[in-house]
Amino acid sequence: MHNWRQPGFWVSFLLVFLGGLVVLVLRQDTLRETAFTILMFVGLAASLNILMGYTGYVNFGHIVFFGLGGYFGFFLVSELGWPLYVAALGGGVLSAIIAYLIGCAVLRLRGAYFALATIGVNEAARAFVSNFEPFGGATGLYVNFSAYERYGGAGQALWLTFILLWLVALAVVVVSYLVKRSRFGLGLSAIREDEDTAMVMGVNAPMDKTKAFLISAFFPGLIGTLYFFKNGNVEPDDAFRFQMSLEVLVMVMLGGKGLLLGPILGAFAYERLRGYLIVSPIFKNLHLALSGGILLLIVLFVPGGGVGWFRDRFPRLRRWLE
Amino acid sequence: MKFWKYYPVILLVVLGLLLPGAASSASAAEKTITIGFTASQTGSLNVEAIRQINGLNLWVEHVNKAGGIKLKDGTVIKIATKFYDDESNKDRVQELYTRLINNDKADFLISPYSSPLADAAAVIAQQYKKIMITTGAASDSTYKKGFTLVYQAYTPASRYLTGSIDLLQKLDPKAKKVAVIYSNDKFSTDVVTAMKKYAEGKGLQVPMFEGYDPATTDFAPFINKIPAGVDAVMGGGHFTDTTTLARQLYEKKVPAKMISLLVAPPEPKFAELGEACICVTGSSQWEPLCKYSPEAAKKEGIEWFGPTIPEFVKAYEAKFNKQEPSYHSAGGYAAGLILQKAIESAGSIDTAKVAAAMDKENMYTFYGHIKFNTAPKLHGLQEGHEMVYIQWQKGKNGKPEKVAVWPAAASTGKAILCKR
Amino acid sequence: MTQILPSIVDGLLIGFVYGVAAMGLTLIWGVMRVINLGHGATMALGMFCTYLLFAHFALNPYLGMVAVVILSLLFGVIIYGVALQRVIQAGYLSTLLATFAVNMIIIGLGTWVFTTSPRNIDFSAGSITIGPVILQGTRLLAALAAVVITGALYLFLHFTRPGKAIRAVSNNRAAAELMGIPSSYVLALAFGLGTMLAAVAGGLTSTFFPFTILSGSTYQLKSFVICVLGGLGNPLGALLGGLFLGGLEGIIPTFMPVSWVPVVEFVLFVLVLVVKPTGLLGSK
Repeated sequence: MHNWRQPGFWVSFLLVFLGGLVVLVLRQDTLRETAFTILMFVGLAASLNILMGYTGYVNFGHIVFFGLGGYFGFFLVSELGWPLYVAALGGGVLSAIIAYLIGCAVLRLRGAYFALATIGVNEAARAFVSNFEPFGGATGLYVNFSAYERYGGAGQALWLTFILLWLVALAVVVVSYLVKRSRFGLGLSAIREDEDTAMVMGVNAPMDKTKAFLISAFFPGLIGTLYFFKNGNVEPDDAFRFQMSLEVLVMVMLGGKGLLLGPILGAFAYERLRGYLIVSPIFKNLHLALSGGILLLIVLFVPGGGVGWFRDRFPRLRRWLE
Repeated sequence: MKFWKYYPVILLVVLGLLLPGAASSASAAEKTITIGFTASQTGSLNVEAIRQINGLNLWVEHVNKAGGIKLKDGTVIKIATKFYDDESNKDRVQELYTRLINNDKADFLISPYSSPLADAAAVIAQQYKKIMITTGAASDSTYKKGFTLVYQAYTPASRYLTGSIDLLQKLDPKAKKVAVIYSNDKFSTDVVTAMKKYAEGKGLQVPMFEGYDPATTDFAPFINKIPAGVDAVMGGGHFTDTTTLARQLYEKKVPAKMISLLVAPPEPKFAELGEACICVTGSSQWEPLCKYSPEAAKKEGIEWFGPTIPEFVKAYEAKFNKQEPSYHSAGGYAAGLILQKAIESAGSIDTAKVAAAMDKENMYTFYGHIKFNTAPKLHGLQEGHEMVYIQWQKGKNGKPEKVAVWPAAASTGKAILCKR
Repeated sequence: MTQILPSIVDGLLIGFVYGVAAMGLTLIWGVMRVINLGHGATMALGMFCTYLLFAHFALNPYLGMVAVVILSLLFGVIIYGVALQRVIQAGYLSTLLATFAVNMIIIGLGTWVFTTSPRNIDFSAGSITIGPVILQGTRLLAALAAVVITGALYLFLHFTRPGKAIRAVSNNRAAAELMGIPSSYVLALAFGLGTMLAAVAGGLTSTFFPFTILSGSTYQLKSFVICVLGGLGNPLGALLGGLFLGGLEGIIPTFMPVSWVPVVEFVLFVLVLVVKPTGLLGSK
């Protein structure tokens, strides 16, 4: 498998791996909370990239899978008492199934029409869950505090959740890489460049797009379950925050869409940037406008994002910046 | 470019080195405890949250001016505060509370404003075994989660509108039907679900029970749906939507005898509705026109603690540009009083001892009665405190005037039925 | 039964305003194949513009609409020049994200300047009672204004030179350029017009509903649904789609909880997209 000798893959993988490892070694609670948020966005951005970066289809509703999968996984933990590991998988699988069903229907649409369809899905999902009694309706669900005892108390449970999230983030990186290097991934790139030509050349575009969508949706479901378990409760407003979909999108664009390292650095940079801006009294109130400004500048002048720009500028670095 | 991949590692290591330290220095006779909280200084909840923080800060100032909290063993406890802006955003809350506990070494915690944020913070408080007093958070569900260190200052949501049902039956014993239109969020749902059960227990019917999205601006579909012959319309949610609902109920000339809504009516700004606010009733955690007093507490045989209502109002107005304190401000101050009393009774700042004192707390303050539920399933739920019901009536000069109408003992005027 | 009638009337009246907003969106799509994600934010700006004129200069909101028209037309042209001109050929991913960035900037700045506390135009135009139906004056006037605007747009597109140029570019940009029509001016004008329609619709809504800078997003979503119902790129379809959606919003609550309305709307939206992407009234 000479594929594994690609330095570009290892740069991305080790970045996430070492980042998590440092937190585990230092064992600091505050650091863990910060790292949790960053890893969460890394996972969300990298999984969005599988659809948006590889096939060029914008999904404005990525967070719906985070919400729905998270809701379902949380439901398994809190109402049915399933262990967290299995429940998280359950959340992921449900997200993937929903993506498959939506994909079968909607991915026959081209480009802009697909994007349109994803815009309303967030509101619809939120309205649906707010009215859906098994998920607690508008009140949401919560775990009894004693549920943490099962994992050795609250402190231990939080560390466990962090480790699981770290593994999920690593898995997203590995899967992103595998997809990109596979024949399937080449098909996706072909779709991105010219869908009609790709189909003429024998790419089964609707099927491949649906598969990419499915993979892209699986991980947010996992991450959602872990996130809500850590929070101890889930409510419709937290699960379906349109703003979050947008932030993830900006992260992918910031780092560079279609690249392995792009969303990882994008998520990291965006989170850090926001962390600094929030403290600053002037920018605190402007951070949405500022992210909008960043996005506009990227779209207009650096469509390849940060990592893409480096690749263009320094061709010799390309094998490192996959 | 290889350097890039080390950047986060280096950053994390540096952060790790910087984080410890900053412990509080302590002498034998005088100790300073840190009270940690987040405040929504920006974002959608900032108005209410800032009022709450003003109340809390006023308490801190009063305690420190009076020379701190004096314990039985002679130790004097001074209060320091540490807080961050949570931007009205739940995501930030958990991260910031973890930071307050681990980095800033907060000894006690006060909740952020609003139920969802307080709920998120409560999990962290319990996880790290810190006492947290929630204020500005009325949802019942927080106290059903098995927490042992979270205490509620507000009257819980389940008792928010039940007084309106009593009031309705007193004003019009023949009243039969109540239509409920409520905001589809956690707090409002808790309120109306409990209220519906209460109403049905009292022999009333609830022919309409509909939730709306909190961002709703057009209530016409709901108002058109109100069945004929309804005696009262109740519900609402938060300020914006409830005000709109009240206005549209008026514009659509809904012939209800009583309109009782959440959150918005006690706000002075509600009077801007003019004619549309007349006869609307609502409940409030506290109002400056409340009648709690040390004498009344004595009659009930319960201890009085802290300033009286006029003292509080005067101090608050003096400090904050003559702004009249709202119930948010009172709640903030009361949260401090609750903690202060428990520390005094416990004679210690040890978490377990203070928690034990909290469990036993039973007192009257300017804010009303304070007593906590100690059953394992509902631990920390506020049991003593009561809502005050107000109604907007036409004053002498024709302008809307706020009158306390229920419970009878606290009222400053008589409730009236609507004639629309 | 006494419930259905007022419900439908209310829905239809508001449907006119929905229609105007959707026309703006559909016009931009028809001419330049751009989905304007800044649509909702523009509507919110229209609301604030009307509000500020009313609150500070005591200007009648319907007269204020004239100012809204001029300002928003200019604003749209500027936005086109700054955010779209450069990427108009680059495919839909870029234009979607560019308009989206504009949306974020407007909302971000708006939140900073106006905060998110709700505003209200305290303007009453009385009401008329006909049987069980209470018609609010402001809603009637808004519907009337919507009809006038649609008429004016029709006349503009069919009987003026720039209007004809817009239609020509919409039909076939390359051919229009060959005929000597300066397409980038025409595109800027079309974007300005679309922005104007959104802002006016916002201004009209602000006379009867309270609003914040974030209010646009609900209407933006409805505009999408309407455009798809009426066929993307078809202004008349947008107006009919608006009425259809308004009517639907009136009818649905009579037999199911109102909070299900967005779910039903969205399902309908996706169904139409999948089954007949050219819209129920689509021509092709």
